[in-house]
Amino acid sequence: MFKKLLIANRGEIACRVIKTARKMGIATVAVYSDADRGALHVKMADEAIHIGPPPASESYIVIDKIMAAIKETGAEAVHPGYGFLSENMKFAEALEAAGVAFVGPPSPAIEAMGDKITSKKIAAEAGVSTVPGFMGVIADADEAVKISAEIGYPVMIKASAGGGGKGMRIAWNETETREGFQASKNEAKSSFGDDRIFIEKFVTQPRHIEIQVLADKHGNCVYLGERECSIQRRNQKVIEEAPSPFLDAATRKAMGEQAVALAQAVGYASAGTVEFIVDGNRNFYFLEMNTRLQVEHPVTELITGVDLVEQMIRVAAGEKLPFAQEDIKLTGWAMESRLYAEDPYRNFLPSIGRLTRYRPPVEVQAGPLHATGKWQGEAPVGETAVRNDTGVFEGGEISMFYDPMIAKLCTWAPDRAGAIEAMRVALDGFEVEGIGHNLPFLSAVMDHARFASGNITTAFIAEEYPEGFQGARLGDEDMARVAAAAAAMHRVAEIRRTRLSGRMDNHERRVGTDWMVTLQGVDFPVVIAADHDGSTVTFADGRAMRVTSDWTPGDSLARLMVDGSPLVLKVGKISGGFRIRTRGADLKVHVRSPRQAELARRMPEKLPPDTSKLLLCPMPGLIVRIDVEVGQEVQEGQTLCTVEAMKMENILRAERKGVVAAIKCGPGDSLAVDEVIMEFE
Amino acid sequence: MKDILQELEHRREEARLGGGQKRIDAQHAKGKLTARERIELLLDEGSFEEYDMFVTHRCTDFGMEKSKPRGDGVVTGWGTINGRMVYVFSQDFTVLGGSVSETHAAKICKIMDMAMQNGAPVIGINDSGGARIQEGVSSLAAYGEVFQRNIEASGVVPQISMIMGPCAGGAVYSPAMTDFIFMVKDSSYMFVTGPDVVKTVTNEQVTAEELGGATTHTRKSSVADAAFENDVEALAEVRRLVDFLPLSNREKPPVRPFYDSPDRIEESLDTLIPDNPNKPYDMKELILKVADEGDFYEIQEEFAKNIITGFIRLEGQTVGVVANQPMMLAGVLDIDSARKAARFVRFCDCFEIPLLTFVDVPGFLPGTGQEYNGVIKHGAKLLFAYGEATVPKVTVITRKAYGGAYVVMSSKHLRGDINYAWPTSEIAVMGAKGAVEIIHRGDLADAEKTAAHTKEYEDRFANPFVAAERGFIDEVIQPRSTRKRVCRAFAQLRTKRKQMPWKKHDNIPL
Repeated sequence: MFKKLLIANRGEIACRVIKTARKMGIATVAVYSDADRGALHVKMADEAIHIGPPPASESYIVIDKIMAAIKETGAEAVHPGYGFLSENMKFAEALEAAGVAFVGPPSPAIEAMGDKITSKKIAAEAGVSTVPGFMGVIADADEAVKISAEIGYPVMIKASAGGGGKGMRIAWNETETREGFQASKNEAKSSFGDDRIFIEKFVTQPRHIEIQVLADKHGNCVYLGERECSIQRRNQKVIEEAPSPFLDAATRKAMGEQAVALAQAVGYASAGTVEFIVDGNRNFYFLEMNTRLQVEHPVTELITGVDLVEQMIRVAAGEKLPFAQEDIKLTGWAMESRLYAEDPYRNFLPSIGRLTRYRPPVEVQAGPLHATGKWQGEAPVGETAVRNDTGVFEGGEISMFYDPMIAKLCTWAPDRAGAIEAMRVALDGFEVEGIGHNLPFLSAVMDHARFASGNITTAFIAEEYPEGFQGARLGDEDMARVAAAAAAMHRVAEIRRTRLSGRMDNHERRVGTDWMVTLQGVDFPVVIAADHDGSTVTFADGRAMRVTSDWTPGDSLARLMVDGSPLVLKVGKISGGFRIRTRGADLKVHVRSPRQAELARRMPEKLPPDTSKLLLCPMPGLIVRIDVEVGQEVQEGQTLCTVEAMKMENILRAERKGVVAAIKCGPGDSLAVDEVIMEFE
Repeated sequence: MKDILQELEHRREEARLGGGQKRIDAQHAKGKLTARERIELLLDEGSFEEYDMFVTHRCTDFGMEKSKPRGDGVVTGWGTINGRMVYVFSQDFTVLGGSVSETHAAKICKIMDMAMQNGAPVIGINDSGGARIQEGVSSLAAYGEVFQRNIEASGVVPQISMIMGPCAGGAVYSPAMTDFIFMVKDSSYMFVTGPDVVKTVTNEQVTAEELGGATTHTRKSSVADAAFENDVEALAEVRRLVDFLPLSNREKPPVRPFYDSPDRIEESLDTLIPDNPNKPYDMKELILKVADEGDFYEIQEEFAKNIITGFIRLEGQTVGVVANQPMMLAGVLDIDSARKAARFVRFCDCFEIPLLTFVDVPGFLPGTGQEYNGVIKHGAKLLFAYGEATVPKVTVITRKAYGGAYVVMSSKHLRGDINYAWPTSEIAVMGAKGAVEIIHRGDLADAEKTAAHTKEYEDRFANPFVAAERGFIDEVIQPRSTRKRVCRAFAQLRTKRKQMPWKKHDNIPL
């Protein structure tokens, strides 16, 4: 086995690889750019080598710099993680030439699968199901109809030179094919100056399902079940799970065997992933093969008990796979939520800055990965697993230079419902402050009835959140539970206030039992009866909820039991109440005495100012340039001004057509978030 | 006998109705609560005891004798906030527009005298059209009596003014002399002369809101210490403030049971200071991570944001915090920030509230705008305030402490009790670049030499150790342990005794 492994990557995946290497007794070398000087992977590794300036193009993907780091540290093998140099054939060759092991497939396999057309050809030859279609030049509409009939409707008519949806038509019958063919041809000619058209099967209700394969250098290859990655936003995977709620055993076996056939056809040796698109009738078609470790590999590990990184390293060292296909069992269900530094309330705009608070939920090991002893790192044992693969820490900086994904939160449970429930609780207990992040969105998806049903496609997010994400609304039952919790917490906080020094003897304030909880505009009159163990909160309709908790004022996370089931709340302070975040909802909760509530109702409702005619500064920054003048008509998407924030120039564009009415600041002005930059008529 | 008892209840009922249901409805329609409703929200439920409910005015001019409403437009008395005694007056706009008469003012004076005698804060709720014109000079004399008491009470008991309606003309000078002024957005304004007079005299067109609304006074004039969305929020937040304050200068600041370990370690503070010395960071993060339970009551949040002032608790006890804010103008000291912080420091010193100072200051702001407006004397206010303060003073330098500003910010030389520095501190006369330009003026043309000189200066002075060698810094501490260190320092200083030499009073450069 290798004595020293260099990880040519950063962030969570570098940390992930280091964990397994450490478990195997292999020394680790991290590489880092200027921006990552204090990064977690640098702290975790035994050695760390500086490889240049922050942009990846000047550090992490410069082969020479990695080779120099290998030479300097005497590393015997390199794990490339994902992205960066992981599928770079030249890198694999350079390592080969230097006699350093590449923890990945042989370079010919990378090359073969690196090209979309070649890979499809090889796949078809290996008997892998590919999307039916006709790649040649189609002469006229008649030929298009003939081909479409052969493929089977619906079909997609595409311009060969196409992109961005231009020259693309979907046809469900012969008439539509004739029309579509001509329309696509015309559009292709005018848009690309190339009117060549091809036709392929249009996959309806598409799901993204991929097969994990693992092969050694001795001709052994197994598949480790599938992962469903249909929950995507603009082709960016957000939530993954294993197994898929859609596949049956026969389809799984067919897909797995085809994936293995493909791997063997290209002489694959390492972990790899064969991606398929699956339609509503469980027809599956090959998309591409990723010749590296996938981001979402942990869900496979959680249901198989196999440490994929360990197997990759062993294969690279020439070892044989320790198991055959029949040894691979899928047990239970695993979910993965990707935590992105993207603000869902601001249309998922990347957010950078300092993590003033970062407290992931406590990891718990359970399931196959625990049973096989392959859990990476330390964690107590429980019924359901919580695993968080992360590359950041509290007080760390999210930089603009790299991927906005900062953690992968995974759960495992014996069944899908259990894994989802574990994920809900884990997300509620995940504290991230200082940057915008998608935790509320992840929570909302986990609570979505359609997601829970398993009836998902790659269009799930686009269909369910067509207007973007404005925060989840809680159902009646959850509202009542939060109200009961807030009332109990408020009582504790108020009682503490009465214990101030300097109070008049014998005339202390007595905290009452009747309260009015207001959340999302709904009033809940409650009566609290408290005892040593907790409190019983009774609602107007006579229903009572038992609330117990060890929450004390100031705790930013409240773990409560409400009527016997857990409720986890992120608790902030607002005047006269709490800001409570749970299950994707962000609530202002007021708890008042009945008289206070009566008077509070008299307060005028102040509508937030109409900002649709304003350009507000989206982040604290410095105005670098104003690109328009007062009175100028601007078009949608036109550049209005440039704001420098954290040394990054952000271009602000017009959201709609309009006329500039006033400009409120000039170059050099320093603006706070939501300060007005300009007004429109 | 029964009739007599009923008669009392009847009279009370009448008095409680103030200016009558119609006017109460009008008050509500403006989004404002009545004088008595405000008191209800301010004080603990059922704790208010009203005095002088049956007082009426004595004016006989202009037909005033025909209308003698009970209470004369102000509700006065005492009650408790979380069990602690406070005196309160609340002007009733429904009664003669809350106008101030001789008797109205006498009611206020009575509770102010009680407050001073018994040692409890005075909270005044202002909602008044101004002097009662019908009473002429008597009304002015009455204001004078209130002013005199504001002055005498200053530094004896905390005085808090809530502006919850109009407050104009001479009436503004009573709140002006109190310790804190809070306003309600959209429904309160304060000015010496109103928009009409302004138009006549200076030809300026301005609305009441622009001239003296909550935004104006919290952001531009700094007259108000905070503004709240509505009456309910304002009253709740004043209750919260009172929880931080001692009842009088005879008492120690209050202590509240706390759920936070004094030796809590915050590892993330080790990375608070960015690698790049020109990059800002948010000083509020440090304040929140040091404070008990992350609870911070900020004073003048919207004004002179380059300095932060407010109250936190450490081990349950109130501490006043002053901190430079690198996020705004690099945390520089200027006229506004010096005035803001000086007044805060003096409040804390009056009422025995210990002072915690976080320092990251590049110096004083240069420019004609500053010099012409007297940055010399305004800057000296903060220096003076720190120097005369005898309360426990603990200082933590996080990054820059340059020049005179270093001395001002509660340095050892101004009798700072415990002065800590983070390892990232640079305590020097100025930044390396500026220093080299002066010391090695002759070498400026030579970039290489200048770089070498800069490096030399940085190595020598861009650290806390030169100051530590001289004992100007008591200890260089790890950022992560700041809370623990600061808590221990104040614990040590709980028995501090220090007095300034006897004097009638000092002569701070006003």
